[in-house]
Amino acid sequence: MKFLHEYRDPELVQAYLSEINDLISQDWTLMEFCGGQTHSLVKNGLLDILPEKIHMVHGPGCPVCVTPLGMIDQAIELAMTKNVILCSYGDMLRVPGSEKSLLEARGAGGDVRFLYSPMEAVKIAQQNPDKEVIFFAVGFETTAPANALSVLHAQQYGLRNYSILSSHILVPPAMEAVLDDEKSQIQGFIGAGNVCSVMGLEAYEDIVLRREIPLVVTGFEPVDLLQGILMLVQQLEAGEAKLENQYARVVPWDGNPMAKQVIQKVFEITDREWRGIGVLPNSGWRVRPEYKDFDATRKFGLGAPAAKENGECIAGEILTGQKKPKDCPHFGKRCNPVTPLGAPMVSSEGACAAYYHFTEAFS
Amino acid sequence: MCLAIPGKIKSITSTDGMIRTAKVVFGNIIKEAFLDMVPNAKEGDYVLVHAGVAINVVNELEAKRTFSYLKRYGGLEDLIPEKAG
Ligand code: SF4
Repeated sequence: MKFLHEYRDPELVQAYLSEINDLISQDWTLMEFCGGQTHSLVKNGLLDILPEKIHMVHGPGCPVCVTPLGMIDQAIELAMTKNVILCSYGDMLRVPGSEKSLLEARGAGGDVRFLYSPMEAVKIAQQNPDKEVIFFAVGFETTAPANALSVLHAQQYGLRNYSILSSHILVPPAMEAVLDDEKSQIQGFIGAGNVCSVMGLEAYEDIVLRREIPLVVTGFEPVDLLQGILMLVQQLEAGEAKLENQYARVVPWDGNPMAKQVIQKVFEITDREWRGIGVLPNSGWRVRPEYKDFDATRKFGLGAPAAKENGECIAGEILTGQKKPKDCPHFGKRCNPVTPLGAPMVSSEGACAAYYHFTEAFS
Repeated sequence: MCLAIPGKIKSITSTDGMIRTAKVVFGNIIKEAFLDMVPNAKEGDYVLVHAGVAINVVNELEAKRTFSYLKRYGGLEDLIPEKAG
């Protein structure tokens, strides 16, 4: 249990908590979508200090966790191909594919490099004209500007040896999927400020209206999350369903229009498989045919990714908020961050790993 | 990879008259960031950087506040990718 004085703004934390307590008249189930927010809620002990009537369920907003197994296998296969330099974000380092991780592929002789930005991969392509450089472009809307820009720059430089393996996923269709599930009890969403800093809030206007569900976009610090929860409770208790921006100091309502243009230029909407959830229609971005020379899927003739999940992992139920990590019989036993059985245990932003570290720290 | 990291623009270079990049200071780490999407950003400004691309200009107070939170929370590992994951 965390003490109030450990927060940076203890008075503010206390004020939001009392306001929530004063207002709340019944149970409310809320989902925070983004893994960064899950991590913050668990790590900062917010789940312990929130009133019992608030039930937080954790969303599928961790790209490391939902990148399909088959896609990781494809990246590994490319990495093991002669004359290929396979690059990706550091977060993908240890994620297990069906046989090995990218880190293990490197151990087995593959040229795998972990980078902060795809723009560095473009540089590597310039320096290695005799090699094929492929960037494994995973992520939500947040990494899309960088991934798309890397394609435009590679084209501008006249590179013929740079491509991306796009595994992009989108937040709004996943929110719909979570709501569509018949077991869903979600009554309000905490939206991800980081995603909205790129895309703005427009994309959520329709969901809020059609589904009559309140959605508040927040940052990821404890005070941001608490204020967002308060704003949701205010709406719910008043019988309202509005789209609100708690994070206006960082997130403009229309995001970054220039970034959206670049994304539109390079990517088009496609169906995408989510690990643990299945294929969601119109839930991802792939490279447009105009940029086919920069699309690893086309360039290397990769088919649809296919691989079977470990049947023992209940990631699907975790990622849609129906079960908590501790409901899984393998949690903390056979499945732990060193030997993960499923993806939510791999990334520190996955719900299982967040609970594991939290339990460790406080037991 | 998901969280933007705020940093201060130390200097701006134009590689070939078209592409603008900046040296951005994140605490004691300096990284290159592309300014294609924040055409009005100038030296001394604070920008939110996602995977090497600046997305928004933010005010100094907000930038410092977020940065110190990320530092405590372990959110700066993306800058040193071999440590992430
Ligand atoms: S604890 Fe492990 S096996 Fe269980 S749901 Fe989480 S990742 Fe899957």
